[in-house]
Amino acid sequence: MKVVLEKLTKRFPNRNKKIKTEVVAVDNFTFEIPDGTLVGLLGPSGCGKSTTLNLISGLEKPTEGKVYFGDTDVSDMAPEDRGVGLVFQNYALYPHLTVKQNIMFPLQNFKGDKKLTKEVMNDKVLEAAKLVQIDMLMDRKPNELSGGQQQRVAIARALVKQPKVLLLDEPLSNLDARLRLQTREEIRRIQRETKVTTIFVTHDQEEAMSISDIIVVMKDGVVHQIGKPQNVYDDPTNLFVAKFLGTPPINVFKGKVKNHMIFIGNSAVLEAKDIKDQDVYVGIRPEGFIPDDNGSLELKLKGLEVMGRDTTIVSTHEACENVEIRSIVSAETKIIPEMEMVRFNVKPMKTFLFDIESGERIYFGRQEKIV
Amino acid sequence: MKKNFKGWLYLLPAIIFLSIFMIYPLIDVLIYSFEEGYNFASQTHKGVGLYNYSYVLHDTYFLQALKNTFILVIITVPLSTGTALLIAMALSSIKKLRELFQTVFFLPYVTNTLAVGLVFMILFKKTAYSDGMINLLINFFGGESVDFIDGPYWAKMLVLCIYTVWIVMPFKILILTGALASVKDDYYKAAKIDSTPRWRVFTRITLPMISPMIFYLVITGFIGAFKAYSDAVALFGTDLNAAQMNTIVGYIYDMLYGNSGGYPSYASAAALILFCIVLTITCINLMVSKKSVVKGV
Ligand SMILES: Nc1ncnc2c1ncn2[C@@H]1O[C@H](COP(=O)(O)OP(=O)(O)O)[C@@H](O)[C@H]1O
Ligand SMILES: [Mg+2]
Repeated sequence: MKVVLEKLTKRFPNRNKKIKTEVVAVDNFTFEIPDGTLVGLLGPSGCGKSTTLNLISGLEKPTEGKVYFGDTDVSDMAPEDRGVGLVFQNYALYPHLTVKQNIMFPLQNFKGDKKLTKEVMNDKVLEAAKLVQIDMLMDRKPNELSGGQQQRVAIARALVKQPKVLLLDEPLSNLDARLRLQTREEIRRIQRETKVTTIFVTHDQEEAMSISDIIVVMKDGVVHQIGKPQNVYDDPTNLFVAKFLGTPPINVFKGKVKNHMIFIGNSAVLEAKDIKDQDVYVGIRPEGFIPDDNGSLELKLKGLEVMGRDTTIVSTHEACENVEIRSIVSAETKIIPEMEMVRFNVKPMKTFLFDIESGERIYFGRQEKIV
Repeated sequence: MKKNFKGWLYLLPAIIFLSIFMIYPLIDVLIYSFEEGYNFASQTHKGVGLYNYSYVLHDTYFLQALKNTFILVIITVPLSTGTALLIAMALSSIKKLRELFQTVFFLPYVTNTLAVGLVFMILFKKTAYSDGMINLLINFFGGESVDFIDGPYWAKMLVLCIYTVWIVMPFKILILTGALASVKDDYYKAAKIDSTPRWRVFTRITLPMISPMIFYLVITGFIGAFKAYSDAVALFGTDLNAAQMNTIVGYIYDMLYGNSGGYPSYASAAALILFCIVLTITCINLMVSKKSVVKGV
């Protein structure tokens, strides 16, 4: 089932009653989620991700705009009629019910001709439990399970009624690092197997990038960019998106364009035809540096982090906005840690220009808009 | 060893206090209850045995008090807990004026028992000259006036029950609103997404989640109702035996100081009987609650 959001807006009265202005949690959100895809809703805390999810599930009513499931307008439909599955950040498993009873709970609510027999219910529960691989824990109570297992139960409970849309609100944030990696692969696998349209909320860009078909980058209730993870990474529309995606993060310099050249400090690093003279932010991805003794950009060396396959060069520059510059180069590169300065050339496709005021992307040279 | 010693040291004040004011008197009461023909003035007794118990258990006043107390317990504990739950749920579901209502419902708790008793007297009274509010209402609907304070047994019992429910309810409402508020909203959201009918949400989610508090209220409610006394006094005066409205605690009091006072042995026997009843009921309650209360919410 595809999900379409049309000019979706949600305003809340301010929680602090003394402040009269409203909080715009979701601002004019228009987007189509194709059937069967896994969409990652990505943005910093408080940017309106949960609210967007609640608007789709129906737990919140939109102030303006519409939500469609397929071709049906569900904007005014109650959550219980929408047929969505929702997984909460803290799982919200019923603590007094066993795993089996928890998973069966949604099925027991079916009414009228949808009502299921005991056998069918048991089959469905077992099927869902097998899908998330917890079929051997059926008689345990939630507090006898690990975080990862609870998460699986929550997913099974959301999937058992075969929802049209599966919504996951920061499903991995309560897990430790190792489990998080494992579980996100699991979610990807389950989504592939069931082909259910899935919307996945996270503030962790790596998580979103690694499993989503499409990511939606949000900030302050506004959608900044939508696209395939790799495309968004390679072609960020503005400084926020560029900074938000990627580990280590993009290196941002205060620079300027003069005589069709991009300057960082006094070094002209790249040619920028057709761009008028102006101050700009220059963003260079860590993998955008090519060590070269005659390179145009000189950085002050602070240290090396050798990781086997590649090496991270840590350096500083007075025009850089980051505390330190991280560039990733192949491990064969000969850099002597005692050197004071290192010189680089930069790759034009890994270097982005942004307007100094608005942070909007300025395309230069052979760069083109992909997304 | 040293650690152990320190632990006991910290407990000492409480132990001394309990020993003087709880354990010693309890043992004393136990001894009294077996001393036959105890004379208060000469502090002597004729023998040791079960006569005091036999006397109390054959005393019609005691049996009346026992009956009254049991009726009170059986009617008021479930009724007050159930009503309190309904009111607490209503309170939790409204947003406007919630604080106002919470205060209003809490007022009886901070009002003196005797003052509330007076109000009840005025509401329910019937004299040769005037009727109370309730009787006016009964008349309005075409019924005969009933003397609730000095009339038939069932009428007096009814007033006592209503009064008791009224007095104990605020505390229960307070506890239950707190318990309801502590149930995480996510459970209700999850239930809503899964189209759970309201009744099922109540029985399968709300009730299990607040069950520890309900059991706490039932247990303390039972204990409190078994120890009822001042409520009856507030409504029917101090001569409760004459009014047929005595309670077990009232009977004990009367045996010590009342019209027929000066029988500490009978009072002690009655007190121990009450103690055994409360102990038994509480044990049963705890056993039931262990089986059915949800843990780890
Ligand atoms: N019920 C509400 N009342 C008032 N403000 C709210 C409410 N829910 C969310 N908000 C506000 O809307 C913004 C977005 O919240 P949310 O969707 O929870 O963000 P996220 O899930 O991305 O962290 C926040 O500023 C938050 O304070
Ligand atoms: Mg959130």
